[in-house]
Amino acid sequence: MTDLRERETADAVPGGVPGGIRSAGRAGRVGRSRRAGRTAAAWAWGLVGILALALLWEGYKFLAPADGVVIAGTRVLPRSTDLAMPHVWDMIARLAEPVTRSPSAQPLWLVVLLAALTTLGIAAAGWLVGVVVGIGLALVMQRWRIAEWGLLPWIVLSQTVPLIAFAPVVKSWGSRVEIGAFEWQDWMSVALIASYLAFFPIAVGALKGLQSPDRIHTELMQTYAAGYWQTLVKLRFPAAVPYLLPALRLGAANAVIGAVVAEVSTGLQGGIGRILIQFAGQASGDPAKAWGPIFGAIVLGLVAAGSVALLGAILKNYRRSEESA
Amino acid sequence: MTEATPTTPDSTAAVEVRGVDKVFETRTGQVHALDAIDLVIAPGEFISLIGPSGCGKSTLMRLIADLDEPTGGTLTVFGKTARQARLDQDYGIAFQQAGLLPWRTVAANVALPLELHGVGSAERRSRVEHLLDMVGLSDFADRYPDQLSGGMQQRVAIARALAEQPRLLLMDEPFGALDEMTREKMQTELVRISAETGAAVVFVTHSIPEAVFLSDRVVVMSPRPGRIQQVVPMRLGAEAERAARTEELREERAFFDMVTAVREALHGGSPVSSGPRGVETR
Repeated sequence: MTDLRERETADAVPGGVPGGIRSAGRAGRVGRSRRAGRTAAAWAWGLVGILALALLWEGYKFLAPADGVVIAGTRVLPRSTDLAMPHVWDMIARLAEPVTRSPSAQPLWLVVLLAALTTLGIAAAGWLVGVVVGIGLALVMQRWRIAEWGLLPWIVLSQTVPLIAFAPVVKSWGSRVEIGAFEWQDWMSVALIASYLAFFPIAVGALKGLQSPDRIHTELMQTYAAGYWQTLVKLRFPAAVPYLLPALRLGAANAVIGAVVAEVSTGLQGGIGRILIQFAGQASGDPAKAWGPIFGAIVLGLVAAGSVALLGAILKNYRRSEESA
Repeated sequence: MTEATPTTPDSTAAVEVRGVDKVFETRTGQVHALDAIDLVIAPGEFISLIGPSGCGKSTLMRLIADLDEPTGGTLTVFGKTARQARLDQDYGIAFQQAGLLPWRTVAANVALPLELHGVGSAERRSRVEHLLDMVGLSDFADRYPDQLSGGMQQRVAIARALAEQPRLLLMDEPFGALDEMTREKMQTELVRISAETGAAVVFVTHSIPEAVFLSDRVVVMSPRPGRIQQVVPMRLGAEAERAARTEELREERAFFDMVTAVREALHGGSPVSSGPRGVETR
């Protein structure tokens, strides 16, 4: 969207005519209103998607046999009973009802929200660690080619280790850490595991970004007798932004997944991973309830990725290209 | 800019090249890019390097800029080694592409070298203002490179090259990517700017009329190995005021004579009996 707008503006400035400014301004205004229209369209399409999904769900539930479709002893399509597939409106209505029958119980949506916030906090901590580690690794790999050869395969390999396998190990290591007044908390294990998933796309994206400046730009810095740090701050980091933003977004989504999975496998209380398991266990008596935390987890991922998009809006000038009319 | 005119009494050459060789080691063997190059460029002199592709003209410029090191011979810039001259910021450089940083405004791009070398923000602002005025882009200070045409980008790059008031300006086909109209306009502007700043210029080009129009001397080079074929003095402006070079010059008979002289030098000294005079051979 922005690209198109800038291209238009560039077209409106032919070879330094003073009138170019005015016409460029006009093109900018047209672009802005058009952009607002596109944003609205994007939201509308998102809504259409959700509606289509709900229709598909209800449509299948209405048409399919209660026991699903079984071919040669294998169920190829799921059961459509209320137990297996609650109505969409039941799931939404359930969110407003109290969690348990006890009179002091909070509504389900509030419980889900609080749990989601807890997980978001842990995931954010994990993401920050992932950002620091990922960018740190990228810096080392950019600086020394030999480090790239030595480290990159290990970084790729690290992501093939199944998360569930080492989550309990991290927890048990963590419980032995106690330095002075600092005591390792269980949530830190979860954050650490989240960071383990988050750092990978960030390291790869940051490396690509730091290596992205053209030769003409690096040579220009050389003619300015600029040192490593000056080149890093004035050239490499700004040039890396277009590569970093998607990497950070991917890292945020990964951190949420890592946090949820780690909560489940370390049995941490308070987060959304815990109630996901807990409510799923109650699904036979209260099938709609189990969907509350699932919706919560989806929203959580969207919020995490969306926060990074906000960062992209702030840094939008770093996403420009050198191209012109 | 005016106080930095290099018409200083000391007669140190701007660039002195003595017996310089450059050999590139490639997988398929050695490539002799430059062979026994001798060239002395006086302060304030405008020199063009011209020749077919692979004649080493860009390589020679890169050696002067200390972006590459010569394999043999000596090369000094204002009496210093090329490396020291680079560290002292004795030259400004412009490439075929503008090479502006896309996330910086026009003003911030011009200010980049000043920023890197710790020039205070107040002085930086006034210097940038002056430079943008000189290249006629004052109204575009807050624009981004992608909002400018190619010619305007190149003017920003020239302003940036002049930011530290260098006594030597290195330009590697800076107008190569521009259309003919813009190109001629830029040439006229470069003549004016170089007269204003009094900087020596090393200008790499493919275009004979461009070299003739701009230069005090045209250095004609031949390829494999890169050698200086001939140095053709331009009577157009060597003695006369450089600022007196205007558009009318392009129409004068002397201009066409010089074009012919350079073309003959390019073709190895034999008279060229090609098409009508003044037709561009690029």
